[in-house]
Amino acid sequence: MQEPVAVHAFESEHEDTSTGLPNTKLAMWIFLASDVLLFGALITSYVVYRGRSVVGPYPNDVFDIPYTSVSSFVLLASSLTMVLALSSIQRGDLPRMRLWLLATALLGLTFVGGQVYEFTTFYEEGLSLTTNLFGTTFYVLTGFHGTHVAIGILMLLSVFSLSFGGQITQRDSLTVELVGLYWHFVDIVWIVIFTVVYLVPTGP
Amino acid sequence: MRTRTRWIWALVGLAVFASSCVSNAQQDALNPQGPYAQKSYDLLVPVFWVATAVFVVVQGLLIFFVVRYRRRKDRPAQLPPQIHGNNRLEIAWTILPALILAGVAVPTVTTIFDLAREPEGNVLEVSVMGHQWWWEFDYPAEGINTANELHIPTGRPVYLTLCAVGLGYEDKPTPSECQPGPPDGDTPAAVGDGVIHSFWVPELAGTQDVVPGQANTLVIQADEPGRYSGQCKEFCGLAHAYMKFAVVAHSPTDYEAWLRDQQADAVMPQPGSLAATGMDVFLNGQCIACHAVQGLEDPSGNPVVANGGPDLTHFASRECFAGCWLQNADAEELARWLDDPAAVKQGSWMPDYGLTPDEISALVAYLQSLT
Amino acid sequence: MASVSVPTEGRSRGLFRRPTATTGAWSWITTVDHKKIGILYGVTAFAFFIVGGTEALLIRLQLAQPNQEILSPSVYNEIFTMHGITMVFLVVMPLSAAFVNYLVPLMIGARDVAFPRLNAFSYWAFLFAGIFIYSSWFLGGAPNGGWFGYAPNAVLDPTRGMTFYAIGLLLAGVASMVSAVNIAVTILNMRAPGMTLFRMPVFAWMSLVVQFLLAFSLPVITVALVELLFDKRFGTHFFDSVAGGDPVLWQHLFWLFGHPEVYILVLPAMGIVSEILPVFSRKPLFGYQFVVFSGIAIGFIGFGVWVHHMYAVGLGPIANTAFGISTMIIAIPTGVKIFNWLGTMWKGDLTFPTPMLFSIGFVSMFVIGGLSGVTHSVVPSDYQQTDTYYVVAHFHYVLFGGSIFGLFAGMHFWWPKVFGRKLSEGLGKATFWTMLVGFNLTFGPMHVLGLQGMPRRIQTYPEELGLTFYNLVSTIGAFTIAVAVLVFLVNVVLTQRKPRGEDADPWDARTLEWLTTSPPPEHNFDEIPTVHALDEAWHRKYTETEDGHVLPVPAGGSGSEPAHGGGHAIHMPSPSYYPLVASLGLLFFGYGLIFSWWLAGAGAVVLLAGLYGWALEPSAE
Repeated sequence: MQEPVAVHAFESEHEDTSTGLPNTKLAMWIFLASDVLLFGALITSYVVYRGRSVVGPYPNDVFDIPYTSVSSFVLLASSLTMVLALSSIQRGDLPRMRLWLLATALLGLTFVGGQVYEFTTFYEEGLSLTTNLFGTTFYVLTGFHGTHVAIGILMLLSVFSLSFGGQITQRDSLTVELVGLYWHFVDIVWIVIFTVVYLVPTGP
Repeated sequence: MRTRTRWIWALVGLAVFASSCVSNAQQDALNPQGPYAQKSYDLLVPVFWVATAVFVVVQGLLIFFVVRYRRRKDRPAQLPPQIHGNNRLEIAWTILPALILAGVAVPTVTTIFDLAREPEGNVLEVSVMGHQWWWEFDYPAEGINTANELHIPTGRPVYLTLCAVGLGYEDKPTPSECQPGPPDGDTPAAVGDGVIHSFWVPELAGTQDVVPGQANTLVIQADEPGRYSGQCKEFCGLAHAYMKFAVVAHSPTDYEAWLRDQQADAVMPQPGSLAATGMDVFLNGQCIACHAVQGLEDPSGNPVVANGGPDLTHFASRECFAGCWLQNADAEELARWLDDPAAVKQGSWMPDYGLTPDEISALVAYLQSLT
Repeated sequence: MASVSVPTEGRSRGLFRRPTATTGAWSWITTVDHKKIGILYGVTAFAFFIVGGTEALLIRLQLAQPNQEILSPSVYNEIFTMHGITMVFLVVMPLSAAFVNYLVPLMIGARDVAFPRLNAFSYWAFLFAGIFIYSSWFLGGAPNGGWFGYAPNAVLDPTRGMTFYAIGLLLAGVASMVSAVNIAVTILNMRAPGMTLFRMPVFAWMSLVVQFLLAFSLPVITVALVELLFDKRFGTHFFDSVAGGDPVLWQHLFWLFGHPEVYILVLPAMGIVSEILPVFSRKPLFGYQFVVFSGIAIGFIGFGVWVHHMYAVGLGPIANTAFGISTMIIAIPTGVKIFNWLGTMWKGDLTFPTPMLFSIGFVSMFVIGGLSGVTHSVVPSDYQQTDTYYVVAHFHYVLFGGSIFGLFAGMHFWWPKVFGRKLSEGLGKATFWTMLVGFNLTFGPMHVLGLQGMPRRIQTYPEELGLTFYNLVSTIGAFTIAVAVLVFLVNVVLTQRKPRGEDADPWDARTLEWLTTSPPPEHNFDEIPTVHALDEAWHRKYTETEDGHVLPVPAGGSGSEPAHGGGHAIHMPSPSYYPLVASLGLLFFGYGLIFSWWLAGAGAVVLLAGLYGWALEPSAE
């Protein structure tokens, strides 16, 4: 069986796989577990090099915590809209699903836009990729995360547009659920990054 | 003898033969010549015998089972009892190796800490700088700086601080505790890239890596006078194979004599001699851009100090150069090197200055006069 | 007899109709059949084996005598680097993948893997990664910083070689990563009715552990390679000590991947040997659960030993002690496996066709490699051994005497299943004995060379060091290995000319793949077997009495099952060309990162087009 098995609204329905989980959902979980290690290695690189930049600007020179808190909240809110999108399709309410999917994508875009603005400001304040260790580790870490968000937005918009062509029906709520799993993961990674990079106090 | 048995004996014979040692090894971890190398060796030997015992048991059982349980005329095809396992055996062959390993672990751990300790007593401190592709030795207390040969007295621990030197990213010198800052703010006191090397003189100690930005330490000590061969062990680029060095151990009196000779300024050549011409070539050419000679002054009256290349003050007092690959006393090798270093040692950072044959013979004479 | 039909449904959304060919060259390019993909992996990996072996012969020629200049230092550095990259990433991993791909679905009673098109994508991405890395010879220089690519040397090297290294391995990593997810889901989710995890063959278990090792170690080297690439390409400072960075960070990230990687390289071969020894001892694997658990334990502990590659870096006595001990600990489950293999042979009815010879060879050679590994865990001794030829001896004993011997055992064992004919026994024996002698001649002396003064990765050595004789012996051994490989190739060519046979179970074996025809039909089994025990196929042929005695089951007896869902059409996945398209996009993207942002952009577009086509194509034409 190569297609994702058509599932009904609720997972407790019988799945003819050895574990009871659909293949695609199991695959997504394993992939997300590996992605934990990806971000783990990136965050480790950041933490190991914290405080070791030889020249500035340093984190406290550029960070605007209130600003980033707002954009973090935006991303967090997008997880809520994602949950609403999933529950809509599980109920068979396609118009509502489209609404919430679009909302999620727009909130994600807002987050990414906010980061673009934030990084442009940092750059103007003298922090580039190659300025110092802080710039190197910060931009690569947040860049990877931003790329993950962008891919997520692409998936959201794809599902959104496919739903108009009759390709996504109530039977395909698993597809939305999988996108949701990915999206929530990306959100959780951001919470870790925001905490470790922005909030945890460092030296001067 | 059956063919298979003959083959097995042949293989065993081959293994025994193969395990016989190299006859005239010069960099021999199995020939410790000082207490620190001895510590590694004292662990190596008993563990080797334990490993051999395990080897004999396992291979022996393997061969025994192959012979004993093979199908043959008096043991035709059969369906043997389908034994699925034996829990007691499983426990036994989990616990027994664990016990053996625990036994090995105890002296291992104590030796790790022993070797990491700073030495006490009449310690000689030397800074070792790993360049691409040669070794620099700086004696801060004694005020001398040599290359390619590390001279030490016997019977005293020598505490080495290991630093990698070279240009890092954006052509800036790699930060190093061993090397003080460049002579003047802008000129980098480094040539070649700052990469990882490894300092290994097996008869006197195990290795430590030489890492840019880090100051590792290593203690060596020689029991007897002699010349101990060593080389870089960590792949460091094009001429990694050509980054050798020697540790020359002297009796304490001989060492003091050597030290006094090294602390003296460079020998001045006889005026009018070929060596004097060589000194002129040396001073007026590009040599002083990198090489130091104590006691010499350049045409502007500044002392000729090190700026990335080996210190040549007592070049002729040493036996080897160019990563201890060529011989100082060999005029022909010296000439070939001066003519085109990269042809002798691919990747060498020493440029080819297009010296004429006359300039080269003069330089050779000068260098060979620097005792 | 069930028929295979390809239902027509859905309109085509792509530019072209979904392919349908099942024979001919185009069918190989669009195949999503795990068996064809397994064969593709095997052939490609073996071709790279010849290339990597040639590189080894060049190295051995250069080192046969002191002070030679057959290979200049710059060329030598490229050759030994490519030898390592090739053997690790382009030979042992894909050759193991060949077996995993071909056998795992059969062994668990499935018709294919969970995501057949993803499986095809993995193969093409691997092939293109190999082509990409090798194209570097013509495009600015091959990688020359060692397969381990230590910074800062890898960053500061002025040629393009290490940039090809970083991007090429990232590409190969994508292939392995998606394959890991695919196979893990397959094993966990697609087992035949009655096949609980503890009725699964050991090879399937080892494959499962390997997929998780891949899934958790690949992300770490991905980060390392990206950081290396960024340092080289964009001037970042990840490994730049001038800016406060630490070259040792590379080593940590690399070996956090690199150590689990060596278990990825050896566990499949251990799985193969665990299948073969019982067949030719005619009794079950001794201590099945312990062999399985030790494999899992090795997987876990394997993430906790990486610093043993870094004892001389200067991390301090506490770190060295901790990892010295963890390295000793990992020897224990490894030993458990060896003893269980011995226990399998004990009191068996032993015959020695070629697969059995290679399997016994594996046990014998791997023990030697394992023991030299234990000597490495004795840290103060390792200060002498590290970075010398002693290490080269160690890892070749476990990776060649271990993995390669195991893979050769597997090739001889499963050849009749895959191709319908057995390889010649006479030539097989010749291959084995020549290889055994050659291998020991090559790598045995390296233990001595290492301890007596020969560092690794040196292009030459001076005469005075006394290393000449054993280097010469080693070179002779290497050419002997080459002869053995040639004998094997002759064997393959001659065998494939013979007509196909009919024998489903020529070895009287134990696992499910031997229940179906040789080669299996596209749908693997006419009826998915129901599994009642470990070694299900064996138990359909033989019953055990209470005191462990075995009797053959009379022909046509209780071994045959009522038709399990038989009669209706079996839907097999249709071929597809989108996996190829997507991986081509990745390849262009890789070249684009080096040469042109436009090309990178084009590659990204092709990749996206491939992915969308893949997602939206109908399930069949």
